[in-house]
Amino acid sequence: MALSIVHRATGVALYFGTLLLVWWLIAAASGPAAYAHVQAFTGSILGRLIAFGYTWALIHHMLSGVRHLVWDLGYGFKASEREWLTWAALIGGIGLTVLLWIIAYVIGGGR
Amino acid sequence: MSPPNSNSQKSMRTPLGRVRGLGSSNSGTSDFWRQRLTAVAMILLMIPVIVIVMSLLGRNQAGAAQILGSPLVAIVMLLFIVASVWHMKIGMQVVLEDYVHDEKIKLVAIMANNFFSAAVALASIYAILKLSSGV
Repeated sequence: MALSIVHRATGVALYFGTLLLVWWLIAAASGPAAYAHVQAFTGSILGRLIAFGYTWALIHHMLSGVRHLVWDLGYGFKASEREWLTWAALIGGIGLTVLLWIIAYVIGGGR
Repeated sequence: MSPPNSNSQKSMRTPLGRVRGLGSSNSGTSDFWRQRLTAVAMILLMIPVIVIVMSLLGRNQAGAAQILGSPLVAIVMLLFIVASVWHMKIGMQVVLEDYVHDEKIKLVAIMANNFFSAAVALASIYAILKLSSGV
């Protein structure tokens, strides 16, 4: 499994994605008009796709990172354990992302 | 009496290098350690941050500002911002050092990485503090 490059790719994506988070926080601090712009974007199809992708990148990067922490502690180096950790990060990342978005839609009513 | 780390005699490192413990990058293992420290910090903060973001869904600016400006939420956000920006700055530097081989371009890229990370951190912290002070 070549998941380490996915760990890096999601890390780089999260890096540039912070620009959107900064935009969101500055807008919240600026006032209603600026915040409405952000909400118009996050409510659009493109905005939703980016936000979904960002959620997945974050969750996957975290789980994939936990894998690295396990290795740092000296565990999980057997082939079967490496495979298990990798699949757990992949499937867990997708599963948790979908679960979070289901909760988000239930709470936010799709807004 | 044998030295505490007797197998260090097999080491290829010079005595001075071993004493300084800084390695070839002159920064030792500090970045390695901080990358793990900030990672664990963000894992601990992940659930509170998710709860905060969820609580903001569907709210207008006034509602969002009220939540983001409340003390506990603001402190959690500030901790998460500091941990994440530090983490991403180190991570991007590792990526640049691995893939950019031209020394001059690498220097410029690492400098840009520092500027970008500092700007993201300060802008986010400024926004949270402004929301907290309610002006």
